[in-house]
Amino acid sequence: MIWIAVMLVVLTLAAALAVLLLENLLAAVAAASVVSLGVAVMFVILQAPDVAMTEAVVGAGLSGLILALALRRLGQATLDIDANEAEHDA
Amino acid sequence: MRNIATLLLLGGLSFLLLVITGGLLFGNPPMLIGQGIQQAAPTEVGAANIVTAVVLGYRGLDTLGELSILFAAATAGGLVLGSTRGRSGRPGGFILRTGVDLLFPLMLVAGLYVVMHGHLTPGGGFQGGVILAAAFFLPLLARPQESLDHTWLSVIEALAGSAFIALGLAALFEGRAFLTPLFDHGVLGALVSSGSLPLLYLAVGLKVGAELASLLVRLSADDEGAS
Repeated sequence: MIWIAVMLVVLTLAAALAVLLLENLLAAVAAASVVSLGVAVMFVILQAPDVAMTEAVVGAGLSGLILALALRRLGQATLDIDANEAEHDA
Repeated sequence: MRNIATLLLLGGLSFLLLVITGGLLFGNPPMLIGQGIQQAAPTEVGAANIVTAVVLGYRGLDTLGELSILFAAATAGGLVLGSTRGRSGRPGGFILRTGVDLLFPLMLVAGLYVVMHGHLTPGGGFQGGVILAAAFFLPLLARPQESLDHTWLSVIEALAGSAFIALGLAALFEGRAFLTPLFDHGVLGALVSSGSLPLLYLAVGLKVGAELASLLVRLSADDEGAS
């Protein structure tokens, strides 16, 4: 069980780092969802299924969706980095 | 200059917090209220899921506060970022459309299950409501021309919110405190048990679902200029 927890922590921290380092904002939103998913599994291991459910549904599902929709509204949701940078240069 | 001031402020704040946490005795004395609730809740409230017994039975007023905060946040978000104009995106591909058709009934069942069994198993109105909202939003991703009826969503949301408060007021007429669970407890673990808690969670689920579905539809609507 401890190894599952350690792997989860590493995965969650790696995803959190990815949120900061990724150039593509849409990918960063997806990585933020992964962070929430890791935390949700951690809650299950800590025997808090109610909190885990809320974290998975709201953190991994809904907030990712809202952030992605807000990105689209701001015109920042592009799938490749080159187009994004070209827009910045112009 | 501003950076140094910020650093000073942060340093002082963290020093204060560290001093306060240093004075705390972690896990000592043990949390007695948790043990008390675990012993008393099955007989007092009659919900097999003790979290629900706390959320709706002992702390119903907090849940009402959460509902109003969520309502304010969703309304503000919809006003600032959303629009009620039409949606003009291209329809989704074959895989998206088929997947949505397959997922929609499953998510509907899962959401209703989580809402209706909130007093028995983990989950409840908030989680189930979000699942329901996502279920109703998915078809809009596949077919952007269609839209949900905002009037109906508002009506459902208003009725569910009023039902929650009406159930709370009904307790007052029986001479008990606001939002005290009503009716008989029934058998512990049965679907129809723990009095009015399932009704309260149904109201919460419908309200949250309608609210968030409306927010998502508003957010995903296209402006003329935006791509």
